[in-house]
Amino acid sequence: MKIIANKEYLKIKRRSKLSEIFMCMPLSVWVVCLILLPLCYLLFMSFMTKGPMGTIKYVFSVDSYVRMLEPEYFSVFKKSLYIAFISTVVNIVLGYPMAYFIASKVKMSSTLMLMLMLPFWTCALVTIYSFVIMFSNAGLINNFLMALGIIDKPIDMLYNNFSVSVGMVYELLPFAVMPMYSSIEKMDKNFIEASKDLGAGPIKTFFKITLPLTKPGIYAAIILTFIPCIGYYMITDMLGGGTTLLIGNVIYNQFTAARDWPFGAALSCILSAAIILMMFIYTKLGGDLDNLGA
Amino acid sequence: MGDFKEKTKDEVIVSLLNVEKWYGNNNVVKNMSMKIKSGEFLTLLGPSGCGKTTTLRMISGFEEPSSGVIKIENESVELKEPYERDVNTVFQNYALFPNMTVYDNIAYGLKIKKVPKAEIHERVEEMLDLVQLKGFEKRRIDQMSGGQKQRVAIARALINQPKVLLLDEPLGALDLKLRKQMQLELKRLQKALNITFVYVTHDQEEALTMSDRIAVMNGGIIEQLDTPKNIYEKPSTKFVATFIGESNIFEASVISVDSEKASLGMECGSASILPEEVAFGDHIYVSVRPEDMRFDKEPVEGFNIKAKVKEFIYIGNITKMIATMSNGDEIKFTRLHTGKLPQVGDVINVYWSLKDGIPIPMETNAEFEKLKELSIS
Amino acid sequence: MSRKAKRRLTEGLFNLYGFLVYGFLYIPVIVMVVFSFNDSTNNQIWNGFTTEWYGTLMSDSELWRILLTTVVIAIISTVIAVVLGTIGAVGMSRTDFKGKKLISTLLYIPIIIPEIVLAVATLLVIRKAGLGLGMLAMCMGNVTLILPYVYITVKSRLTGMDQSIEEASLDLGANRSYTFLHVILPNILPGVVSGAFMAFTLAFGDLVIVSFMANATTVTLPMDVYSMLKRGIRPEINALSTVILVAFLVGITASKLISSHIDKMNRRKGLEENERKEGEEDEGYEGRVIILE
Repeated sequence: MKIIANKEYLKIKRRSKLSEIFMCMPLSVWVVCLILLPLCYLLFMSFMTKGPMGTIKYVFSVDSYVRMLEPEYFSVFKKSLYIAFISTVVNIVLGYPMAYFIASKVKMSSTLMLMLMLPFWTCALVTIYSFVIMFSNAGLINNFLMALGIIDKPIDMLYNNFSVSVGMVYELLPFAVMPMYSSIEKMDKNFIEASKDLGAGPIKTFFKITLPLTKPGIYAAIILTFIPCIGYYMITDMLGGGTTLLIGNVIYNQFTAARDWPFGAALSCILSAAIILMMFIYTKLGGDLDNLGA
Repeated sequence: MGDFKEKTKDEVIVSLLNVEKWYGNNNVVKNMSMKIKSGEFLTLLGPSGCGKTTTLRMISGFEEPSSGVIKIENESVELKEPYERDVNTVFQNYALFPNMTVYDNIAYGLKIKKVPKAEIHERVEEMLDLVQLKGFEKRRIDQMSGGQKQRVAIARALINQPKVLLLDEPLGALDLKLRKQMQLELKRLQKALNITFVYVTHDQEEALTMSDRIAVMNGGIIEQLDTPKNIYEKPSTKFVATFIGESNIFEASVISVDSEKASLGMECGSASILPEEVAFGDHIYVSVRPEDMRFDKEPVEGFNIKAKVKEFIYIGNITKMIATMSNGDEIKFTRLHTGKLPQVGDVINVYWSLKDGIPIPMETNAEFEKLKELSIS
Repeated sequence: MSRKAKRRLTEGLFNLYGFLVYGFLYIPVIVMVVFSFNDSTNNQIWNGFTTEWYGTLMSDSELWRILLTTVVIAIISTVIAVVLGTIGAVGMSRTDFKGKKLISTLLYIPIIIPEIVLAVATLLVIRKAGLGLGMLAMCMGNVTLILPYVYITVKSRLTGMDQSIEEASLDLGANRSYTFLHVILPNILPGVVSGAFMAFTLAFGDLVIVSFMANATTVTLPMDVYSMLKRGIRPEINALSTVILVAFLVGITASKLISSHIDKMNRRKGLEENERKEGEEDEGYEGRVIILE
């Protein structure tokens, strides 16, 4: 027996959530017009040809990419990676205990974080110039050491890899500490107590519990220091004194003095591709992109 | 709050007709039809994932039915926004606005309706009185205890004088003692204000104590919609019999029916029940509550079920006995007569008074029956 | 060594370490401040104390104009980014549309790619679109740079917010815009404020984007400072940086004091009002600090 019930199957029209779509529109338009479009155009530009006097000929070519293989640029790549690597390692090694230190001062931690960021917010460029004052041959440190008689002629500290690395570390340390601090702070302290309760000493507890649990913060710190290091041309410009050229400087030059836009675009594309690959690995390792922003 | 209309008990205030809800391929509410009467306390009871909260959210307007009709006071509301419906909700986690004081939380609905300030003040005070929170107006929400937050949430919903108050497991986060107290208070409020309450819970005891009617839900359908007494004493499906309280369920075939009793053949013997509601040849379940189970040393007329006593469990006011039948199934007994308890390992003869064996159709199709009813009416 | 002594030793070492790192961070700042009082235009050798540069700074109308330009650009960019980012984050969390995932992924691009790449890409498009360089382009570039930070802080605040309070508001008869203004916005406000603060500092200090977007007449403070670096910074710049540093310090301290004061007042008020009531314990009371998350 089959009773057909009231077949009043009214198809319900999906209530249009117009207001919510409307809220997304301005942001989406901005993202498409000023992030997606520029990147696509950059890619397009990288396959164009340089014309005379900084003009662009809209003819397809891979010349710009081929040019990157020249030894001159190869050494720039090598040096950029080297400096970025050194600065990142120093930042993580310096920054992790710092993050731990700030997190351990529970009552003062927000003040300490503010103090960490303050120089960066207010006078980043000027403080970098302070390094010039300190490091130059007639500068504070050399004067001081010579006055004490420790050295009798000035040490060359400025305009080399050393000064560039110190500048990078100085500029980016707050960005290394920030994500590591927030992951240490968020960590459930019960794990540490549980580990100690189960008989592990403080060192073992650190390596077996604290470090693995705060890994996301470390990954984020690596990304937040490594990537800007490759691109920051000001620091190399000021503390490298034109002798140390990094990828950022080369790109900068293509768009200013050299006026070779396709080549600059090609360099930018390669750099972006490498970074997007890095981010892909980062998210595959369980990294959260949101950690990079807050 | 004296201006609530006096409503007649049988007036239908909310009706659902052939309502379906799909999330992708997941059918969470299946062809549901139900009528909620004005002024009643109706509970949607079921295990988690049975579709009870989804049903409630479709009435309040947070979910749209995939198909079907929902009417509030004879007006279709499927396409109406939550703020266009005359129903209010008490949320599981209270959902109080943390940026406002107790007073502002309760006054929220009236402020939106642009009620004059003096009237708002008067009505908020009235509500606070009703939920016994006078003097807490200026407190911030994070300075209130769980039970107090619950009262604020109720006051905030009731001040709008909704036609229906929807409550989504409102007592779930409270501890047992407070929960019992709030159950009584909610019931008192509902009677005093004569508002229709639709209450969602998974706690069968809560449902039985508070409700005028209970809709037992499982897998997106209503298994039974009836008074608490009938739900308990006359479960219409196997699910209802086992979900509400404990039941011993036997599979049986009706082998003969006379004016006094129906005789049943079962895998592990034979038994009898009252002859109404069954016919010769029916294949049925028989549900017997543990407290209705009897046993004797000698066989009892009309019954032939043998079981071996397995263990006794002491639960304070009662002792529970578990015995194993010949097919290995376990049966449970409570309300044991002290003094003549058997020993573990003894073989007993199981029986019950005829009225206590509840027949349940085997291929139950409760929702189908309901549909039949609806299409006739 | 006793347990206590051991603990004290590690704590002491930690404090020393923290002190040294802050030293590393602040020595250049101190050098900057000290040299703002240096009685010499040569910015490398100490020549004696003077407050002359603060005087010159006060009368250097060119420098003030540059500072004003910088602040105006930073404020405009921040306002646009906060409005777009906040409304967008709320909208994105409430709805689903084709391409939503693409949009939210693209939003991370300005954070992860080097600023110079973003700058040249924006430059190319602005040139192609025929928009002139200058204020407008500088603001556009800045907004793109800081938008993700606003979006992320607001988004994380939204995830932490109980979704059902929004439903409660709709349920009580408020439409969506009333709900946004009276329920969602007050609850995500700390996130909006800290996002705005972060956005402002980034826009204020930005050099790379603005220098690509600038025309000959629009100069911001970082651009001005950078152009001086090769010849050596004028002492007024040191003075100005010191003033900015102090202004930030005062601003931050004031806002912290105010927010903790408001908090204390609220708490005391709430307790006084109800102290005659049966003793109810405060559950989960937390101070609100709105500056930084």
